[in-house]
Amino acid sequence: MSATTADTTSAPTADPDAEPRRYRHRKYDRREAIAGYLFISPWIVGFLVFTLGAMIYSLVISFTHYNLATGVANPAGFDNYTQLLNDPKVATSLSNTLFYAVMAVPAEIVFALFLAMLLNRVGRGAGIFRTIYYLPKMTPAVATASVFLLLLNGNTGAINKALALIGIEGPQWLIDPNWVKPSIVIMTLWGVSGTMVIFLAALKNVPQDLYEVSSIDGAGPVRQFFNITLPMISPAVFFNVIVLTIAALQVFDQAYLLFWRDQTNYSPDSSLFYGVYLFQQAFQQFNFGFAAAMAWLLFVIIMIISLIQVKVSNRLVYYESEN
Amino acid sequence: MSVTTTRVPAVTALEGGTRRSSTLRPSRWYRPRTVIGKVILWIVLLGFMCLFLYPFVWLLAASFKPRGEVFDNALIPKTWVPQNYVEVWNQLPLINWAVNSILIALIAATLVAVSSSVVAFGFAYFKFPGRTLLFGLVLATMMLPGAVTMVPQYLIWKGLGLVGTWVPLFGMNLFGSAFYIFLQRQFFLGLPRELFEAARLDGASYWRMFWRIAMPLAVPSFVIVFLFEFQAAWNNLQASLIYLNGGTPDQFTVPLGIAYAMTKFSPTNGGHGDYQYVMVASLLVTLPMLALFAFGQRYFIEGVATQGRKG
Repeated sequence: MSATTADTTSAPTADPDAEPRRYRHRKYDRREAIAGYLFISPWIVGFLVFTLGAMIYSLVISFTHYNLATGVANPAGFDNYTQLLNDPKVATSLSNTLFYAVMAVPAEIVFALFLAMLLNRVGRGAGIFRTIYYLPKMTPAVATASVFLLLLNGNTGAINKALALIGIEGPQWLIDPNWVKPSIVIMTLWGVSGTMVIFLAALKNVPQDLYEVSSIDGAGPVRQFFNITLPMISPAVFFNVIVLTIAALQVFDQAYLLFWRDQTNYSPDSSLFYGVYLFQQAFQQFNFGFAAAMAWLLFVIIMIISLIQVKVSNRLVYYESEN
Repeated sequence: MSVTTTRVPAVTALEGGTRRSSTLRPSRWYRPRTVIGKVILWIVLLGFMCLFLYPFVWLLAASFKPRGEVFDNALIPKTWVPQNYVEVWNQLPLINWAVNSILIALIAATLVAVSSSVVAFGFAYFKFPGRTLLFGLVLATMMLPGAVTMVPQYLIWKGLGLVGTWVPLFGMNLFGSAFYIFLQRQFFLGLPRELFEAARLDGASYWRMFWRIAMPLAVPSFVIVFLFEFQAAWNNLQASLIYLNGGTPDQFTVPLGIAYAMTKFSPTNGGHGDYQYVMVASLLVTLPMLALFAFGQRYFIEGVATQGRKG
């Protein structure tokens, strides 16, 4: 639709195909540029309204007390931001979330890389394992949560029964405040296969010659891992770290389903994640101003963490230049 | 080179940006050479396979157990209760949830796959001032946490009077989505430009070039986008909670419905702890996703693997 308009609104100048040389002095063909803008216009509209517009809107709301019923936003100055400091649940949920991220991200990276390296060593047959390992990723979060709710049961759950077999008394995973976050890490690790597939693709791209040359030089598998594999796949590691960190800081589904779905139920404070508290403030308490301020705080935190990761990666990540 | 290279034509094009010297062979780093090494490797892999499959088998078994035996962890039920499925059918509007979710997912996936393709073609084929900057902006939005725009987007939909309808669950898909735009653009960049020049000489419009030449060739990556978004829409709990939670249960989507069932049968909420029913429902909403994967696994794997390549 957009492009047909592009053609009818074509430049007042002659058909560029007839005399392409005439436009040499210009960097861009006007007709083509207009068509290009028309093709990308859906994204531009969406960006201006639902991303940039929404961000500015949320910044404005964060300085108001927003009344959902009347739609009236009374100016609130920095009230919502001082409330961020005064509401102890903000600090609790933030530290829970950061603690979870610090646990989950390295665990996911190490486990996914381990699995990918195992799969990379099998020749034929890797495909079938990869398929099966990927199945948890296809499972809806609601199904994962309802199964693990029972598997992680402290008294009769399969995980504690298995631990009992090797003489370990398992914790009350979903009740003991100290074990709430490890429980969610376990669920996350079950679905680690997406990260694994990214690593696997990166590992396939490491040239075999490097290993052959280095083994002639007498390098063992450990040295090869740290001196060849890790540097060569460092862009994938970096990508996964960034993506998993952003996901971990926004963790919602599992925490909500296991602990906060049922508002009559008691849940330990250690299961209150930032994403859950933000959701409660916005869509259960309807404190939109405060929720917007919370969202901006999260945004700033994620930006700072990502920036640090980019800075660190500039020193550690190896990008192979074209040829 | 990815394992799936030979099977998905899209791959070669997708990898256009990261092509390496053809003299390099793919890595087979330290493939075990001894029999013992191979046996150990296979045992470890089979062990992990059991770990990954266990919850599925457990779920399947529990869905056939009577209430008192759900927690016995037996992978073959001692007492078979297929009536659980009938009970769930009678007590939960599962079919409504499935129909709602399928329709929403179909609309969401179709919209985003088409709109992202249009935008991607704009970025891939045309030269215009600010193209690099704008594409950088597209990539930057991938880093934007969804929580930041959650509240204002709700207020926008509320302002339009669309809260409680399906529209907010797929409305933003009209405008393309960053990762899918990236994916489709990679594909279009891999198409030879002469293909289009010839069509231009024949007088084809830009839209015709896109729709008649580029799109038919882009079917594989279109399928990747479609499947990804279908899965994402099927699983999207938060959006359903925000936009549909006010309705009656038969208006729920699958994730909202299962969350509702978890509460309905929970002993803390007046239920009897009929977890076998929750298991039945959970299993039934997982099966379509497993079927989707069975049909399109190479697309899923290729789509995920591509993510890491934008480095």
